[in-house]
Amino acid sequence: MSSSSAPQAKGEQGGHDAHLDAQPSPQHAQLKPIALLPGLDTKFSTLAIALIIIFYPVLADNDFWTTVLVSTGVFAAAAIGLNLLTGYTGQVSLGHAAFLTVGSYVAAYFGATQGLWMIVWLPLAGVFGAAVGAIIGPFALRVKGDYLVVISLALLFFTAHVVRNWESVTGGNDGISTSGADLGLGPLNFADLRIFGHTFTREEGLFYLAWIMVGAFALIARNVVRSRPGRAMQAVRDRDTAAEVLGVSSAQYKIAAFVLSSAMASAAGAVLAVHQRFLTPTEPLLELFVSIQFVAIIVVGGVATVYGAIIGAFLLTVLPETIKTYTHWFDFNIPIWDKKLVSSSGIEPGLFNPGSFSNFLFGLLLVVFLLLSPQGIAGWIRAVKGGAIQSFWHNLRGHLRGRWFQRGEPAASRSRA
Amino acid sequence: MTGPSTKARQIAVALWLLVSLFVLALISVLADGNDGLEKFLQFVVGGLALGSIYSILALGFVVIYKATGVFNLAQGSLVLLGTYVLYQFKEEYDLPFGLALLFALVLMAGVGVLIERVVMRKMLGKPVFSAIMVTLALLIIIDQIVRSIWSEPGYVLNLPWSSGKVDIGDVTIRHIDFWAVGSAMVLLVAFFLFFERTRVGLGMRATALDAEVASAQGVRIGVSYAMSWAVAAVVATVAGMILTVRTGGGALTPAVGYVALRAFPAMILGGLDSTGGAVAGGLIIGLAEVLVDGYLDYDWLGERFETVVPYLLLLPIMLWRPHGLFGTKTVERS
Repeated sequence: MSSSSAPQAKGEQGGHDAHLDAQPSPQHAQLKPIALLPGLDTKFSTLAIALIIIFYPVLADNDFWTTVLVSTGVFAAAAIGLNLLTGYTGQVSLGHAAFLTVGSYVAAYFGATQGLWMIVWLPLAGVFGAAVGAIIGPFALRVKGDYLVVISLALLFFTAHVVRNWESVTGGNDGISTSGADLGLGPLNFADLRIFGHTFTREEGLFYLAWIMVGAFALIARNVVRSRPGRAMQAVRDRDTAAEVLGVSSAQYKIAAFVLSSAMASAAGAVLAVHQRFLTPTEPLLELFVSIQFVAIIVVGGVATVYGAIIGAFLLTVLPETIKTYTHWFDFNIPIWDKKLVSSSGIEPGLFNPGSFSNFLFGLLLVVFLLLSPQGIAGWIRAVKGGAIQSFWHNLRGHLRGRWFQRGEPAASRSRA
Repeated sequence: MTGPSTKARQIAVALWLLVSLFVLALISVLADGNDGLEKFLQFVVGGLALGSIYSILALGFVVIYKATGVFNLAQGSLVLLGTYVLYQFKEEYDLPFGLALLFALVLMAGVGVLIERVVMRKMLGKPVFSAIMVTLALLIIIDQIVRSIWSEPGYVLNLPWSSGKVDIGDVTIRHIDFWAVGSAMVLLVAFFLFFERTRVGLGMRATALDAEVASAQGVRIGVSYAMSWAVAAVVATVAGMILTVRTGGGALTPAVGYVALRAFPAMILGGLDSTGGAVAGGLIIGLAEVLVDGYLDYDWLGERFETVVPYLLLLPIMLWRPHGLFGTKTVERS
């Protein structure tokens, strides 16, 4: 994990190095332009992605995939938070789903039941999430590694219990509606957006809301990570004690990481709640699956990168829907065994149904990435940028030549970055 | 681990347990007389049985942790798979119980070895984070496979001693409770002898401490790792069997794996690398759950409050002793 942040850090600072050497004052570091738009190449791709997001609802006009992309945005926002905690600060947490639940019910209670404005309930969700994070944070100071994983599981059980039993606020087992929550922001109302004469549906409005949140969180995360607190967090992750020796208070940064990440998850959960329209309590086991999904998102996308969380969220939310929509692709008989691989109908027995098949693929994807490509998709992107394709062809050519013309010589060993 | 202080701690914990149980018994007698005592004893029997199941589950975690240093979150899915495999042999193929259990245990041991060889072996030397995440992924994969293969509702596992019970005074003890406590005790002794007296067991402990040094001393590391997963899978099957018969009357549901989640506190409480600690943790959690369920009857605590008791108990103890009651304290160097 430690090596994964190195190339990125280099890329960010590369342009300033000479300057910094000449004037190594601490103020200078703070005066760096804010990130997300650091170099020309990233500027272009960021702009392109922003344009795609802005014009997607207008051009696609497809409510189904817009709905899916709302959850992509929500998951991406929450995954950015988890990445700050797990990727950058090195604290493994399986309690992330609990923070989403907290945010969801804050939205349900303050937004729908109390009828407060969005500018009140959305920040409140963040505040409540941060408070829960601040409670669980101190455990990370005392308890480490494997033990911390189980402590974070406790959070899932506690939130599930509270949700089930605090009926006046959460609606208990009957659930609670969130569709009445206000979605206005000044002159904009995300439930009924009208811009330049174009009317957007509620789903499209939520799409914008979710992706504005992703943009904001990405901006925050990128700038936290490249500033002093971010470097301190990475120091805590890599060498706890060494960081202390250098004057970094690991306690302070661990708790800060918990607070920030849970606030982000909770705010994302609030938007998710409004998107789902109705909340019912879930079993801790299902919550655990959601938490695992978040871990899968950051592993597949790339640990300790901000855009990796977005890529991972995109893959892991679009994949199940794709499987559900195109079930007939997998609707073939397994050789030898007279069963279909995936079957959506109850008449013909299939080994999987679309839902369980996508869960299965989640797990498989996680294993494959951890075993073969632990840096995730972000690692591929870095490799491509670093000239991996050229060197692959070069090596392949050398390899083939070695094979055909220099029999007996060992083939050129391919170096793996 | 230093000898005397561990022993002292074990005695202290045992004393604390006995004293608190005695105080509870006294209170119940003072409150309700003879009826109160019987009620109390009934709860203790239930708690010990449940605690024994937790202990067996926790032993499965501990054996893998002790040998490979991996925190295996997939134990719950091994429980699930083992139970369904046993069902397959016992009910679908209609084998006698002993033979079915034997086949199931052998098959599950094979599954354990397979998981180790195919997946976990590749994780050696990778960060702990990755190893944990791989076991998480295994949890999902096995869970989905089991749900897919045995997809119809209403499987029932009938065991010869499913429904029998013994009455001692007014206290009812089900046969399955004897089996639960008995298996836990037998497994504890077996584990103790295995890790302390046999070559393979000692080799496994040595491997966990330092694989390179162990291999230099002639320990076959691969065998150690594979063994630990095989043993964990076997133990998981036993736990799943007893759990299914005890809580659901033999009705199989994929939720069996979920109970393993509630056994995490048991394992953590005792300390990840302590077999005795696993059993002690299991018993403490089991007793606490049943006693809380029986005695704490306040509305504001909410329904099924006992499901959060393990974790509620866990938090203060972890703040007090971050490596569990009997776990090895690691000296950290950076």
